[in-house]
Amino acid sequence: MSIIVDKNTRVVVQGITGKEGSFHARQMREYGTRVVAGVTPGKGGQKFDDSVPVFNTVEEAVKETGANVSVVFVPPAFAPDAIYEAADAGIETVVCITEGIPALDMVKVYHYLQKTRTRLIGPNCPGVISPGKCKVGIMPGFIHQEGSVGVISRSGTLTYEAVDQITKMGLGQSTCIGIGGDPVIGTRFIDALKLFQEDEETEAVVLIGEIGGTAEEEAAAWIKAHFSKPVVAFIAGQTAPPGKRMGHAGAIISGGKGTAAEKMNALKEAGIAVVESPAVIGRTVAQILGK
Amino acid sequence: MNIHEHQAKEILRQYGVAVPRGGVAFSPEEAEAVALSLGGEVFVVKAQIHAGGRGKAGGVKVAKTPREVKAIAGRMLGSKLVTHQTGPEGKIVQRVLVEEGIDIARELYVGIVLDRSLSRLVVMASTEGGVEIEKVAEEDPEAIFKEYVDPDIGLQAFQARRLAFKLGLEGNPMKNAVRFILALYRAYVESDASLAEINPLVVTAAGEVLALDAKMNFDDNALYRHPEIAAMRDPNEEEPLEVEASKYNLNYIKLDGNVGCMVNGAGLAMATMDIIKLAGGMPANFLDVGGGASVETVRNGFRILLSDPNVKAVLVNIFGGIVRCDRVAKGIIEAAQSVDIRVPMVIRLAGTNAREAAQLLQNSGMNFQVAASLKEAAEKVVRMIQ
Repeated sequence: MSIIVDKNTRVVVQGITGKEGSFHARQMREYGTRVVAGVTPGKGGQKFDDSVPVFNTVEEAVKETGANVSVVFVPPAFAPDAIYEAADAGIETVVCITEGIPALDMVKVYHYLQKTRTRLIGPNCPGVISPGKCKVGIMPGFIHQEGSVGVISRSGTLTYEAVDQITKMGLGQSTCIGIGGDPVIGTRFIDALKLFQEDEETEAVVLIGEIGGTAEEEAAAWIKAHFSKPVVAFIAGQTAPPGKRMGHAGAIISGGKGTAAEKMNALKEAGIAVVESPAVIGRTVAQILGK
Repeated sequence: MNIHEHQAKEILRQYGVAVPRGGVAFSPEEAEAVALSLGGEVFVVKAQIHAGGRGKAGGVKVAKTPREVKAIAGRMLGSKLVTHQTGPEGKIVQRVLVEEGIDIARELYVGIVLDRSLSRLVVMASTEGGVEIEKVAEEDPEAIFKEYVDPDIGLQAFQARRLAFKLGLEGNPMKNAVRFILALYRAYVESDASLAEINPLVVTAAGEVLALDAKMNFDDNALYRHPEIAAMRDPNEEEPLEVEASKYNLNYIKLDGNVGCMVNGAGLAMATMDIIKLAGGMPANFLDVGGGASVETVRNGFRILLSDPNVKAVLVNIFGGIVRCDRVAKGIIEAAQSVDIRVPMVIRLAGTNAREAAQLLQNSGMNFQVAASLKEAAEKVVRMIQ
């Protein structure tokens, strides 16, 4: 088992003929992901790498290939449209890698998607991977290993760091989800935790948060009330100054709120193993699982 | 992006939000000219810096004549203003806003911000004008009235009315406040703001409703569609090294410590700062060179972080995923050769081909210390400065 993506996932790449889209479409295929279609408006009828059919619309791609998950590599000005198109075509999960989408555009996207069956992951995220089964995103596949630890993170390379540590402890991951570093995202910690709660294979969860917003505090309260599996958490930005945006659009302490200390306290009070050092994430998970 | 009060008021005026009459001045003569054109018997001279708390720090003065305006502007311009938000180093005043004096009957608060947990805009109003809203939120949250906006239909008039009634307004002031709030909402949405704060919002003795002060911040990701707002950026208000870094699309933020760091990815960059502190040091900066860490960005990154005279040692932490570590190592060596590096450097490369990369670094003849893990890297770099 795993969540969101697995062996049966059929992926359509939106923006497959662009620089990023084509590079990562190849990487995903090499990993073993079933990339069944690509979409680039105006390039319908072509074949990507002589094998993946390219369509003008997501609707056609779904109809012709049965694609159920899309991954968006489209510039920020056009990414909301790409997400709407995927939702309209009945795609189950849209993974939006694009960084730099205006927040007010995402507010509209978020509320539109509430009225559909479509789940959005991201934007501004590395994507989602169920090791050994399916990779939909830009993360390096080889650091992952099939296993029982679920990973949810607002970051990219910091997630790779955590995954690498977990793998080196001889543990693997059920599914790793980069939920994205923006203030408005489609899937939040709690949404991902709900899925991990139901997933039999997942024995523990690593939650990687950062400064800004209150998503970690909300997750802490939800975990305390509903989540039965052990959780290890790390919050990046313990040394971040207030009022400065730390790279991610959502990583900012504003009006004294959204500090790492507040988040770490909330998580600790919920009985979660909070690590201060990013270097001991893997070891702490191993200890908790008795491995 | 932040802008000055006078710029925020110019934007608000375009959307029909009532603001006092006034104009910006960069010299005492200009300030006097603005006052003369305004006419009247009372003027206010306001120092324009990107920080709150100006009033208490002496950055807001009342004058009775244009000549007095000139004198006050002469003292303010070029002086250093220290408020609780500027830090002890303060900020140099380079422009002032000269406005007509307002006959204030009541001071209120209204603001708009994105509520991240609901992914909706929220319009907040309070009778506690002139006080920091964070303080009100902490001490008396009941005193803040909120209206959440449905993004499909936008802020509705009934919501603005509800706020106005809760503020205790009636008659003309109520109608003016409704018009004000709806116009402020439109200004926020159409200019892709990330914060609009009117504190205080004043009701005049004549029943007018005006933005006595105005603060607006904007979504950097949306500036591409608002070139007129992007042009309002005042580099004098920013850290010079941060301005320099932004020219190369580098995310650099200057901090107070002495361990410079260069990392790929924002989350890992913050985590690296954190582990430097845990190891007993203090980070000198945040620097994210992007997932790919190309030679060009690494070179510019070195140049910028080494321009900070406080930097006594450097920690490079790159997680090479798709981008191979040996390529990153070659880039670091190449960049290091073209930049004069006089401080010791610890490099930690993890991921694809990390071992080959470590070999390359060790054989480069440069003064690099290689570390295998994050913890080892942080401990090594801190030891170097002790």
